[in-house]
Amino acid sequence: MSSDSSRFFLPDTEGQVPGPDGYFGAFGGKFIPEALVAAVDEVAAEYEKAKADPAFAAELDDLMVNYTGRPSALTEVPRFGEHAGGARVFLKREDLNHTGSHKINNVLGQALLTKRMGKTRVIAETGAGQHGVATATACALFGLECTIYMGEIDTKRQALNVARMRMLGAEVISVKSGSRTLKDAINEAFRDWVANVDRTHYLFGTVAGPHPFPALVRDFHRVIGVEARRQILERAGRLPDAAVACVGGGSNAIGLFHAFLSDRDVRLIGCEPGGHGIETGEHAATLTEGTPGILHGSRSYVLQDEDGQITEPYSISAGLDYPGIGPEHAYLKDSGRAEYRAVTDDAAMQALRLLSRTEGIIPAIESAHALAGALDIGRELGPDGLLLVNLSGRGDKDMDTAARYFGLYDNEHEAAEAARAGQGEK
Amino acid sequence: MAGNIELLTSVLAQARKEDRAALVGYLPAGFPTVDGGIRAMTEMLDGGCDIVEVGLPHSDPVLDGPVIQTADDIALRGGIRIVDVIRTVREVHAATGAPVLCMTYWNPVDRYGVERFAADLAEAGGAGCILPDLPVEESEVWRKAAEQHGLATVFVVAPSSRDERLAKITAAGSGFVYAASLMGVTGTRESVGREAEDLVARTRATPAARSGLPVCVGLGVSNAEQAAEVARFADGVIVGSAFVKCLLAADGDLDAGLAAVRTLAGRLGEGVRRSG
Repeated sequence: MSSDSSRFFLPDTEGQVPGPDGYFGAFGGKFIPEALVAAVDEVAAEYEKAKADPAFAAELDDLMVNYTGRPSALTEVPRFGEHAGGARVFLKREDLNHTGSHKINNVLGQALLTKRMGKTRVIAETGAGQHGVATATACALFGLECTIYMGEIDTKRQALNVARMRMLGAEVISVKSGSRTLKDAINEAFRDWVANVDRTHYLFGTVAGPHPFPALVRDFHRVIGVEARRQILERAGRLPDAAVACVGGGSNAIGLFHAFLSDRDVRLIGCEPGGHGIETGEHAATLTEGTPGILHGSRSYVLQDEDGQITEPYSISAGLDYPGIGPEHAYLKDSGRAEYRAVTDDAAMQALRLLSRTEGIIPAIESAHALAGALDIGRELGPDGLLLVNLSGRGDKDMDTAARYFGLYDNEHEAAEAARAGQGEK
Repeated sequence: MAGNIELLTSVLAQARKEDRAALVGYLPAGFPTVDGGIRAMTEMLDGGCDIVEVGLPHSDPVLDGPVIQTADDIALRGGIRIVDVIRTVREVHAATGAPVLCMTYWNPVDRYGVERFAADLAEAGGAGCILPDLPVEESEVWRKAAEQHGLATVFVVAPSSRDERLAKITAAGSGFVYAASLMGVTGTRESVGREAEDLVARTRATPAARSGLPVCVGLGVSNAEQAAEVARFADGVIVGSAFVKCLLAADGDLDAGLAAVRTLAGRLGEGVRRSG
């Protein structure tokens, strides 16, 4: 594939969001301490220079093709589709990328920026560990020192990824403050960055954070939607009725959605972590239940109380367990261009098992939220429906959680099956 | 009722007249309890501080090290609300007559309502606000409300701030400018680095500072020696984590903690006078 910077960078057109101030309508901006202003401005300036440099796009393109394995496949899943009202369902296979998720797209782009800025150390936050693994991978590839912050709860539920990061040479720091999940990992990474900003790049993993991160991370993930749009036109002969993705911070969803923004007939649907159910209060459905506020450097929707204290989120999925959301999603929600719905832990886990057993593909629990959403949307659309679902990551890392949930370990298997049969479950 | 920006300005001017630095103490409200915090801040002022900063504890204090995080956690677990912070400001000011500032992250103010917060803080006798994650570019809404209610807007500058930003920030700020002595989060340090003196010199060279805006230094200062060192080149010395440590070390014995706070304030007060 030839180098094509349009896969990443948007042409500068009037009304493009964000503007130079980093705002997507009322959302975004740059709420950071003075100590980080110079560093964040440096990232923005370097990114603008890189965008104008054909060599940057060519190098990124080469990595995407020959290292990541892009373009990723588009797989039709008819046996799964039977359960989605008979709709045709296509999966964008970001799980087949090197390191097992979409996260590598952004990481390689920012790793190249890190080199351009002459920084020698990279820090990152991670929830499920996929961004951490991708970051550790890029640091190994480019010879950069790497420190990953991960909430203590997540280091336990995603232990496999902790081992992968350490194998790749990264230092993994278990964060024990606050809710001990992704939000707190980001807090700790910011504290590190303030103290070590001279030689350190904070390789932010989602489309949140201060400007320019929401735009920059989005641009590196645009390739998902750009490829998928072309692929589904070739395969199905038309655009999908809906493009569906899970949203935690929102990076894979923005990556998928962006190429379809001007296709007004394509519904863009984000599936938020509904946890134990919205009504229980134990969820991380920020766009469904949140209110406008500032978290981690930008204005967006957040889960917070009346005094602006961030409330602790909950999701079975470490990668979606976050009380914020990228500002562009807040903008897309308020403008009505995208819709967001909550998917419970249980619905996601059932979808995970269904895809595994009907198609031989084990998705990440994060991605399973999108699959569960797709089952509902397909039933709403009926057999003429055409769905594009972003399979943002693979499920290997989640096997311990899934094994416990479904009772797949030998000593639990029979008891769990019996209990489920008793509840009348399939 | 207008806020006490003028009181803040006059206290800093008085210290300058005495050829010494002012001593600014920080504690989070609600730590160890709302009433205990009020007593601790009162002891701080009686012991030797000129000005106090009342922290509004936040769930996500990204600019604070482990000491203040621990205190914030205790305050939040104790159920601290913004109304309790306002009450703290009111009672500390009423008991001491000293200038009382609020220091907090931007989201609680944004959520509470910018105008409402400024009005309530001023009504309680507050002198101003320090909002370390609100950069000058995003601060217009706050500054308007602060100005209307007679409150100072204290901005933070950092060693990484370039000269043109220092000029912009000091021009927008009022009361004083908070110079962060080092690149990092709050917490006590063995020594205050060279960076602080350089930053203060560069900040003093700005038009706003030349026309009188005082420059106070915070981050890392914990003892009288460091206070004396900083007082040689700054208009004020800000101490936070060291006071929090006094109360944490007392381990639930409030009277012992209060005595330690008062003793530390006294020593630091001697420190800022030793330099002249």
